[in-house]
Amino acid sequence: MNFQLSEEQQMLADSAKRFVRDNSDVETHRQNKKLMPLDTATWQKLAELGWLAVPFEEEHGGMGMGPLETMVLLEALGEGLIMSPYIATVVLGGGFLRRAEAAQQAETIPALIEGRLQLAFAAEEYERVFSLENTALQATVKGDNVVLNGTKASVMNGDQADLLVVLARTAGQPGDKDGLSLFLVDANAEGIARVPHRMVDGRQGAEIRFSDVTVPGAARIGELNKGYDVAKAVLHEGLLALSAESVGSMSVLLNDTVEYTKTRKQFGLAIGKFQVLQFRMADMFIAMEQTRSLLLASTLKYVEGHEDADKAVYAMKAQLGRAGRKIGQEAIQIHGGMGMTDELGVGHFVKRLTAADGLFGNADMHLRAMVQAA
Amino acid sequence: MDLQVPEQEASFRDEVRTFLEESLTDEIREAGKMVTSVFSPVKEAMAWQTILNNKGWAAPHWPKEFGGTGWSVTQRAIFAEELVRAETPPLVPMGLHMCGPCLIGCGTEEQQKAYLPKILSGEHFWCQGYSEPGAGSDLASLKTFAEKDGDDYIINGTKIWTTYAHYANKMFALVRTRKDGKPQQGITFLLLDMDLPGISIEPIVGLDEVTEQCQVFFDNVRVPQKNRVGEENDGWTVAKYLLTFERGGQEYAPGLHVQLEKIKVMASKQQTAFGALLDDPVWQHKLAQLEADVLALEFTEMRIKSALSAGKDPGALSSMTKILGTELLQKVTELRIETLGAQATIWQPQALVPGDDQPITGPEYALTAMPHYLNSRACSIYGGSNEVQRGIIAKAVLGL
Repeated sequence: MNFQLSEEQQMLADSAKRFVRDNSDVETHRQNKKLMPLDTATWQKLAELGWLAVPFEEEHGGMGMGPLETMVLLEALGEGLIMSPYIATVVLGGGFLRRAEAAQQAETIPALIEGRLQLAFAAEEYERVFSLENTALQATVKGDNVVLNGTKASVMNGDQADLLVVLARTAGQPGDKDGLSLFLVDANAEGIARVPHRMVDGRQGAEIRFSDVTVPGAARIGELNKGYDVAKAVLHEGLLALSAESVGSMSVLLNDTVEYTKTRKQFGLAIGKFQVLQFRMADMFIAMEQTRSLLLASTLKYVEGHEDADKAVYAMKAQLGRAGRKIGQEAIQIHGGMGMTDELGVGHFVKRLTAADGLFGNADMHLRAMVQAA
Repeated sequence: MDLQVPEQEASFRDEVRTFLEESLTDEIREAGKMVTSVFSPVKEAMAWQTILNNKGWAAPHWPKEFGGTGWSVTQRAIFAEELVRAETPPLVPMGLHMCGPCLIGCGTEEQQKAYLPKILSGEHFWCQGYSEPGAGSDLASLKTFAEKDGDDYIINGTKIWTTYAHYANKMFALVRTRKDGKPQQGITFLLLDMDLPGISIEPIVGLDEVTEQCQVFFDNVRVPQKNRVGEENDGWTVAKYLLTFERGGQEYAPGLHVQLEKIKVMASKQQTAFGALLDDPVWQHKLAQLEADVLALEFTEMRIKSALSAGKDPGALSSMTKILGTELLQKVTELRIETLGAQATIWQPQALVPGDDQPITGPEYALTAMPHYLNSRACSIYGGSNEVQRGIIAKAVLGL
């Protein structure tokens, strides 16, 4: 057992922290979050730093790293307010590309790494509580092609993506793990209508409507009707990345809150001297460290392929929701009125944690998934 | 002891319902449905106040001689419940619920005549100048200073979290008039016009990207001494009078019941891989816990009303309701975003502005969920933070 970062991992963490220190500020974020699309200059910077290459094989120009390095990078990025489609494009989109046919990989991965190609995972649907098997969007097999009909909702980076990975039902009913298939679709294909929208945390999202969209069979990732396991593996990498980012954000909320209570005076004392607030900040600290422990547990178990890896990932996503809620709510309350403003970073990090809980199934759904995985 | 509703009161409920049915305009109803704060959109709230005032119902909680309705405590509660059930936008409280009662209790007859009718009509739009950057939970440490000069005071300093200062034409403010002695004993309650030279206003954008609050700056602002309510250095008594007047006045349970019913409908529409979310035992337990808490709060609030009806002091119970009501509201808004999942992360605050007719993304019932969740975090901060409220219970009730 060894929880120390390698030299390479430490360098990645240090440079990401430096990037956040130099590039993240609340004022810029307040402007950027209203932009549609997000500013592309930041994405190009991430490409130049080589971070878009992290999880890809060297033959495609990648760095040949994995979920541990993604964790290190995203935890550091999570300490800042830099909005980028990293999870949507590199972790989720890239995760699917890494499992695609060689021809698909050659066409896409190098462009992705250079920052010229963005992706999105179209998974959620309206009025369907998210779990992979709850997918309803219809894909009808017609000869060598499939035809997609239906709507995907709250698709992270759905508006900017060049390629969509669409999770669709080719057989069975919502609730069945069998009968799911994955398709790599040109986001501008005929029959696709995208309605871009902001997400609460400043990310960009979209509703994506598919109306008789014809997709060639060669665009499928994985086997027909057997998409569940591929989707699960990639989704779990996405959840781990989202969790790492959240841990970074939790640490900022805790630090900002503690610092604030050292300087804010009421009743003649720094409010950090009041025991009632000390206890609550101690609990925030405990919640954050427990989340960090679960992040290590779930990431290591996933990477090493442990039998209980799924359950650990579900535990992590549940913890993200529960601890994120607690830490976020306390951070606002202890900051008082200031915590309610758009002007301070606190609210923006709280929004990020709130969104992270809501996406891809919230804490309750993941507690249920843990029970089923047992 | 029983829960029977006398026939007279049942027929009063019918009267209120009929009135609401007939008098609510589409614009007001629409604004009421989109409310995500205790502060409604101003235009629609004021239009609604005008309609209520024409009926004589704008301030049921005021004594009849000042424009109140003369209703019993139960009738007032029925009225409040029906407003909530019809999802009317809450009236802006600073005049009707804050400044008005202060003037009724502590103002001169001249002040009462000058201001109360205009509070009812909405001609005067009040804001509350209490908190300061350095005086939040410790309100008595406020520093905005009013110096006597002839017949006037000259005010210098700043107020913050002043809700709707950018709409207001009047402010009631607590200012310091003496620097020595106990902090509470050097405070004076003043009324002032917002267009006076030397006043500047800086709006504050909230988490929900809405501007409700402002910071207000005073640079040698001249206010006549006749605008003082109560004695000089005795403003704390005026401010505290408001608490007595309002005791048990605010009811949270009716609104929370309505919210929970709406969440049930939303949960019935959400399909999980194993049936509707409404039928999921985990979700059901969360709902049931909140229903139990809200039922308890409803009866706590009724115990207060019952005591007041009998002319008794509800005592300790009234200090609980702010804590319970605000924290339950927060939990209810939290259950709502949990019920909606990713749909609640879609952010379109522009769609909540009355009159906006842009198409919305996602189910309409999801639109207010996240803004309401975020905005409601303020409820446990304002109006005496819940830490301050717990301190009051510990000290005044438990004798610690």
